[in-house]
Amino acid sequence: MNLFNLIKIAVRALLRNKGRTLLTMLGIIIGIASVIAMVSLGQSSTISVTEELSSMGSNMIMVSPARQMRGGVNLGRTNARSLDKKDLQTIRQNAKYVDKISPLVTTAAQLIVGGRNHPGSIQGVNPEYLDIRKYELENGAMFTEDDIKRYSKVCVIGKTVVDNLFPDGENPLGKTIRFGAIPMKVVGVLKSKGQNQMGQDQDDVVFVPYTTVQKRFMAITYFNMLFVSAVSESESELAATEITYILRHNHNIKEGTEDDFDIRTQEELLTTINSITKMLTLLLAAIASISLVVGGIGIMNIMYVTVTERTKEIGLRMSIGAQQRDILIQFLSESVILSLLGGIIGIMLGLLLSFGLSKVLNWPFIVSEGAILISFLVCAATGIFFGWYPAKRAANLDPINALRYE
Amino acid sequence: MNEIIKIEELKRTFIVGAENVHALKGISFSIRQGEFVSIMGASGSGKSTLLNILGCLDTPTSGEYMIDGVKVSMQSRNQLSVLRNRKIGFVFQSYNLLARTTALENVELPLLYNHTISTKERHERAMSALVSVGLESRMYHMPNQLSGGQQQRVAIARALVNDPVIVLADEATGNLDTRTSYEIMSLFQELHAKGKTIAFVTHEADIAAFTDRTILLRDGYIIKDEPIEKQFAKKALELLPISEEP
Repeated sequence: MNLFNLIKIAVRALLRNKGRTLLTMLGIIIGIASVIAMVSLGQSSTISVTEELSSMGSNMIMVSPARQMRGGVNLGRTNARSLDKKDLQTIRQNAKYVDKISPLVTTAAQLIVGGRNHPGSIQGVNPEYLDIRKYELENGAMFTEDDIKRYSKVCVIGKTVVDNLFPDGENPLGKTIRFGAIPMKVVGVLKSKGQNQMGQDQDDVVFVPYTTVQKRFMAITYFNMLFVSAVSESESELAATEITYILRHNHNIKEGTEDDFDIRTQEELLTTINSITKMLTLLLAAIASISLVVGGIGIMNIMYVTVTERTKEIGLRMSIGAQQRDILIQFLSESVILSLLGGIIGIMLGLLLSFGLSKVLNWPFIVSEGAILISFLVCAATGIFFGWYPAKRAANLDPINALRYE
Repeated sequence: MNEIIKIEELKRTFIVGAENVHALKGISFSIRQGEFVSIMGASGSGKSTLLNILGCLDTPTSGEYMIDGVKVSMQSRNQLSVLRNRKIGFVFQSYNLLARTTALENVELPLLYNHTISTKERHERAMSALVSVGLESRMYHMPNQLSGGQQQRVAIARALVNDPVIVLADEATGNLDTRTSYEIMSLFQELHAKGKTIAFVTHEADIAAFTDRTILLRDGYIIKDEPIEKQFAKKALELLPISEEP
C-alpha cells in the first residue's frame, strides 16, 4: 500500500472521531507548545540580558579591592584601602588598551531642598565616568577636571532625585541641595536610563567630584572602586591583564601571592548570566517535556480503543489479503499523524504564546528553528513509540476471531 | 476440468480447555473449475471450520488442502494473506463494507494490498466489477446510502475484483429478505454462467437448490455429496407473489 493511500486511510479514520482526535492531540499540543514557548522565551531573555549589559558598557571593567582577611576574619571590601590616586594615574599613563578610567568613592547622605528630602547615594567620580557607564546629560553640563582639583561643591543628579526633590517641575539647574550639612550646586541633570536587569533604579544617582567626596564628606584618600573602559569590547580581556600587571607592580605583590584587588569584566558577567538562563531554559523544557510523555500515553490509550473498535475492519482487511505488516503500518501511521498534527498545532501555539509574552515583557521575539525541528522529530518518535503496541496488537489479531467480533 | 480445490482426509481439531474438539474428522472432496457448490449443514456440523480452511484463514490439523495447485498447510501467515489476496473472493453474511467509504473504494480494497497493480488499473478493475454486479450508478455512494441487496452486490464486486479462482460465500443471503436473496442468487448464477467457481455455504435448502452440487456435513463428516437438479433463480423470482414488491 503506498504512502498516499496510507495517509488517506489514517486521516479518514481520524476525521471519523473529530472530538476524540482533538482531545487526544491536546496532550501533545500542550506539551509541544510549552516546550517551544519555554525555549523561545529562554533565548529571548538571554538576548535581552545581553543587550542590557552592553547598554551598560560591554567594554566596562570594574576594579575593586579584594576582600581583606585579618586573623581569619573576612572584613569584606568596604574597609579595603588598596586602590588610590597612584593606581589611577599609572593605569591612565601606561595601559594601552584602557580608554577611560574613573575612580568611584561612594557615600550616602540625606539630600535636602527646602522642606523635602531624599536619601541620596552619592558617587564620587570624574567626568569620564559618564562615558564608561553610558550615561547622558539631559540638561546642564558635567563638572570638570577643574572642579575635581578644587573639591568643588557641585553635583549632577539623576531623574529619580529630581522627581523627589523638585516635584513641581522647577528647573533644578543652579539650585542648591544640602547634602546633610554641605550645600551643593546642581550643574547637570542626567537622562533617564530606567532600571537595570537586576531591578536597580539607575536614575537614583548623584554624581559628585570624587575629590569632594574624599575630602569634604569622608576624609579619606583611597577609592572604593575603579571603573575602566577598554578600547573595545574584544580588548577588554587585554586591558584587564594590563591593569592586573600595573596594580600588582604598584602594590608590590610578590609572585605567588594573591592579588589584593578583583577585576571583573562585563564579558565574564555575561557568560555567567547566559549560563544561568541556559540552565533555566533547559530545566523548563525538561518539565514541559513531561507533558509530552503524558500526551503520548493519551495517544496510546486512544489507539487501543481504536483497535478494539475496529476489530471487525481489521478482520476484513486480513481476510482480503492484508498482511500483518499492512495492519501494523496502518495503525502506526494513524498514531504518527495524530501526534504530528498535534505537534504542528503545538508549534504554532507555542510561537504565538512566546510572541505574546515577549511583547508583554518587551523582549525580542526569537523563533528557535532547532526547537521546532526537535519538537517535530519528538512528535514523530512519540507517535511511533506509543502507537507501536496498539498497532502490534492489531496486527497480531487472529483473522477468524476478528471477523466474528461484534 | 482443473481441480481448483482438492481436499484429502482433512481433519481439524481444536483444543478447548483440556478437551480436544474434533470439528472436522477426515473429509475429502474436490471442486473443479466452473462448479457452483453449496456446502450445507446445521450449526456445529463443521461447516464454518471448513469455510475458514477453504478461505485460507485457518490451516488443517492434518490432511491435505490444495488450492489452485498450492499446498495450504505449508504456508506461513503472510503467505496465506497473499493466497487470500490473489486466489479467493469472500462474500460475508453481514457484507463487511467499510463505513463512510464509497462503493468504489470498498471494491478497490483487495487491490490496495496487491503491489503489482497500479492506481489506474485498480480504478478500472473496481469499476468494471461494479458494472458486472449492476451497480454502475452507485459507485460513489456510501454503504449507508445503499439497500441491503445493493450492499451485498458491492461485497460481491469486491470479491470479484481480484479475479479469484474461487468465490467463497458465507451465508451471503442470510441477512436479506426472500426476494433480495433470490436476486443475489440470480447474480451468482450469472457469474457462474460466465465461468466463475463458487462455493456457497448456507443452511437454507431453498438457497442451496440454486446450485449444481450440494455437500452436506454433519458432525464433522460429509454425509452427502451429489449433484442436484438446479433451479433457476430468475424463474423463482417470477413465481414470488407480486405483493412482496415494494
